[in-house]
Amino acid sequence: MSEARIGSERIVEVCDGNKAVAYGALLCRPDVVAVYPITPQSAVGEWLCRFHDEGLLEAEVVRVEGENSSMGVCCSASLLGGRVFTATSSWGLLFMYDGLLYASGYRIPVVMTNANRETPGIFTIGNSSQDMMSVRDAGWVQLNVESCQEILDSVIMAYRIAEDPAILLPVMVCYDGFYLSYRKEPVEIPSQKEVDSFLAPLERSKRRILSPEDPMIFGIPSFFPRDEGEGCTEFRYKHSAALERVKTKVEEVDQDFGRTFGRSYGGQLEGYRTDDAEIVLVATGSCVGTAKVVVDQRREEGLKVGLIKLRLFRPFPREKLIQVLQGKRAIGVIDRSVCFGWHCGHLYMELQAALARGGLAGIPTLDFIAGLANLDITEEQIGRAIELTAKVARGEEVQEVSWLSLE
Amino acid sequence: MRFRSQYENAWYKAGPVLGKPVGDWRYQRPVIKGDKCCRCGWCYLICPTGCIRSENGRFVINLDYCKGCGICARECPVSAIAMVPEEVE
Repeated sequence: MSEARIGSERIVEVCDGNKAVAYGALLCRPDVVAVYPITPQSAVGEWLCRFHDEGLLEAEVVRVEGENSSMGVCCSASLLGGRVFTATSSWGLLFMYDGLLYASGYRIPVVMTNANRETPGIFTIGNSSQDMMSVRDAGWVQLNVESCQEILDSVIMAYRIAEDPAILLPVMVCYDGFYLSYRKEPVEIPSQKEVDSFLAPLERSKRRILSPEDPMIFGIPSFFPRDEGEGCTEFRYKHSAALERVKTKVEEVDQDFGRTFGRSYGGQLEGYRTDDAEIVLVATGSCVGTAKVVVDQRREEGLKVGLIKLRLFRPFPREKLIQVLQGKRAIGVIDRSVCFGWHCGHLYMELQAALARGGLAGIPTLDFIAGLANLDITEEQIGRAIELTAKVARGEEVQEVSWLSLE
Repeated sequence: MRFRSQYENAWYKAGPVLGKPVGDWRYQRPVIKGDKCCRCGWCYLICPTGCIRSENGRFVINLDYCKGCGICARECPVSAIAMVPEEVE
């Protein structure tokens, strides 16, 4: 009996995040799939191989000897016009770092999922955002999601962003390893027909591809001494400008997804009870669910607290953040990674830059580091973060960065 | 802002580069000694630039594209290729 349950109707299946990834990829009909296994992502490749074996996935499944090769295979196949998919995590993500730069620099619309996990240095097979944050300057679009349903939906949306002729950038859909990769919850699997029509606007053939009839070289050839440098500068500019366009594209695609499938996620970010909030927490990933519960509890106690779920991490949605955070009395950031050299978390560091640029540098802001290496981000910790943020809003002295797990 | 490429992708027409002669990079040139050559075709196979071709049963080197690396001379099983220094004009 087939393990895959896609068909002409929407079906709800209780499945984990890794299978949701595989369903998402399967429904987008990739031409080439190259996935190398790594905990906690291995099941993604296993499911895709099974779908392939059952004849559901009509793709070239390439068995690679490592992640560096999987990104190489995907880049090459995509340059020749194929739709490609790969998935990785942690060590694997770092092993393909040069490949990540090729994909974004040459504007190759690879779609990849990353099961967030700690990075080398201190051996641990546990979740944190450290890996996705370590590649934040690779020029990719990075989404970080909250639930298994959002994983599946975001993979589908990712192709609409990546392959859009106005964007042409690789997209990484990040989801917390362990917390989402192995968490089972009801996931609605769209019908193949719906996904086909959602992706139809891409008209693959319109994307510029490589062909032997019209040979190309990478970069700008050095006919004259300045060509190479100016050519590189030109393509860096175009790449950076395209990332800026991603912000509105993510909103458009999310709204279109909502119209088609009845689910949308706020685009770049979701403001949860932020409208009348005086203090706001900023968080991303699987801990957002817990944070919403705690926000609800504090609301019942009369505290005007809200939450921003940051969905798009690259490009950083600074304009929308400023819009939501305007007039707030204090901000608390939940960070699941460490930004070396700044002695705080990555989200905090990025948010500080956004606030300063948006003229909101005066709002007191605190950072809370928690949940590294598979430590739970608990209701108590989020409660503590809200408590301290409320305290700083009242004008009291509070330590800027708190490592909640060490308190 | 002025751009050289009308495209987003960081690729450029390869045509002008593909045909560009590189013979002037060379400081020594391979010379095949006709009487010694056993016509095995090994030089044709191993030349990194692919500038050796077979013509009427003999092997000829296109010096427009030979960079003078000397691999053919080193690899020739019957030592039929000599590397001769280019004259400085």
